[in-house]
Amino acid sequence: MSWDWQVFCQDTITQEVGQSCFGKNGDITYLNWLLSAWGWTLSVALLALVIALIVGSVIGTLRTLPDRPWVVGLGNAWVELFRNIPLLVQVFVWYHVIPSIFPVMKGVDGFVLVVIAIGLFTSARIAEQVRSGIQALPRGQRYAGMAMGFTTYQTYRYVLLPMAYRIIMPPLTSEAMNVFKNSSVAFAVSVAELTMFAMQAQEETARGVEIYLAVTACYVFSALVINRIMAFIEKRTRVPGMIAASGGGH
Amino acid sequence: MNLQIDWSFFSSDLFVNYVWKGLQYSLLLTVIATLGGIFFGTLLALMRLSGKKALEVPATIYVNGMRSIPLVMVILWFFLLVPMIIGKPIGAESSAIITFVAFEAAYFSEIMRAGIQSIPRGQVFAGQALGMSYGQNMRLVVLPQAFRNMLPVLLTQTIILFQDTSLVYAIGAYDMLKGFDIAGKNFGRPVEAYLAAAVTYFVLCYALSWFVKRLHKKIAIIR
Repeated sequence: MSWDWQVFCQDTITQEVGQSCFGKNGDITYLNWLLSAWGWTLSVALLALVIALIVGSVIGTLRTLPDRPWVVGLGNAWVELFRNIPLLVQVFVWYHVIPSIFPVMKGVDGFVLVVIAIGLFTSARIAEQVRSGIQALPRGQRYAGMAMGFTTYQTYRYVLLPMAYRIIMPPLTSEAMNVFKNSSVAFAVSVAELTMFAMQAQEETARGVEIYLAVTACYVFSALVINRIMAFIEKRTRVPGMIAASGGGH
Repeated sequence: MNLQIDWSFFSSDLFVNYVWKGLQYSLLLTVIATLGGIFFGTLLALMRLSGKKALEVPATIYVNGMRSIPLVMVILWFFLLVPMIIGKPIGAESSAIITFVAFEAAYFSEIMRAGIQSIPRGQVFAGQALGMSYGQNMRLVVLPQAFRNMLPVLLTQTIILFQDTSLVYAIGAYDMLKGFDIAGKNFGRPVEAYLAAAVTYFVLCYALSWFVKRLHKKIAIIR
């Protein structure tokens, strides 16, 4: 088998290899296209991660409220709902079903819907981690907050959550990396991200191996960068004197 | 709200014709990928724990490599590479089976590795004291216990695996989601089709995870 890396310098319309690998005057090479697809992947993943962290934190916290069985039940239902339907199916539901039930959503871009779908899917998993992080804390921590005269909100804000987040940093890291991998399902509703690029460029150029290698490298690189960022945050937020915090990076 | 569901979409013929065929394939894929994944995953785990660099390094690279690529990309990779290697096209369904066994082996290997590592050292020594070879020790003492300890986790991974089979959509293999997809397109009722797909997956996965939760409690009592 022979390699042909020149495929990335080809123009996407004329299929000719240009002087520079970046297109000029509005022409687009496969390299241009790859970089733009990477940008879409990063946008989908990062925005979905933001939604997942916010919603997941709220739901996860609500699930640990004392003496609120209804709120806890709703939180549990949320997690079960989003955890037991495949992500791809959820993407289809957001793209095809929701806009036809709620006409308000009709004009919404597919990109936004995919971000919501991946964000909420991931929120269920983060909610589970936040809950277990809070429940892993000794009961005394909550009582300490109460003894200080804190309201429930203050107890969570100043005592429980700061500790819980530091405990769950390792699984949160995996989840952050998963979001990047899961963003690949956006191809199904024609968001121009890496997987979509890989499938289309493979078809057009018949150089699948080179295209897939480049795309795979982009995914691996993105996940690695997120992993390093999370490891850095984990190191900076480490609680001294705790077993969970004494291990090295991963 | 303006949801007008056409209930005739849910006629039994339609399900038998389109969805049932896909569901059968999804289940087949899940079962083969689980069994194959556990088999090769256990081998990979044993390689990683062997203490021999020549076995350890390739297994580690394989497992971490697989785990850092999106499944959709792995599916596309195999769909492209397998026919190239064996020299003839094998179709989306068969290619998906090979992909899932190879991919899940990486995930199951991490579960089995944790399971093997959770066995007390004394068990290994006991086997050695009885004069067992490495193979006998693994097969008769360590692996059965590791397997039982990890059963709930293995089943949870199987539920995830079942959900992930929907991703063969990327290469057009005929699984349950594809069945709903085709039904929806043929009848011009995509909304009902995708809604029904979501409900069906939910019911199946929820039932399975409920079963796993109960099993987990049972096993916990035995220990």
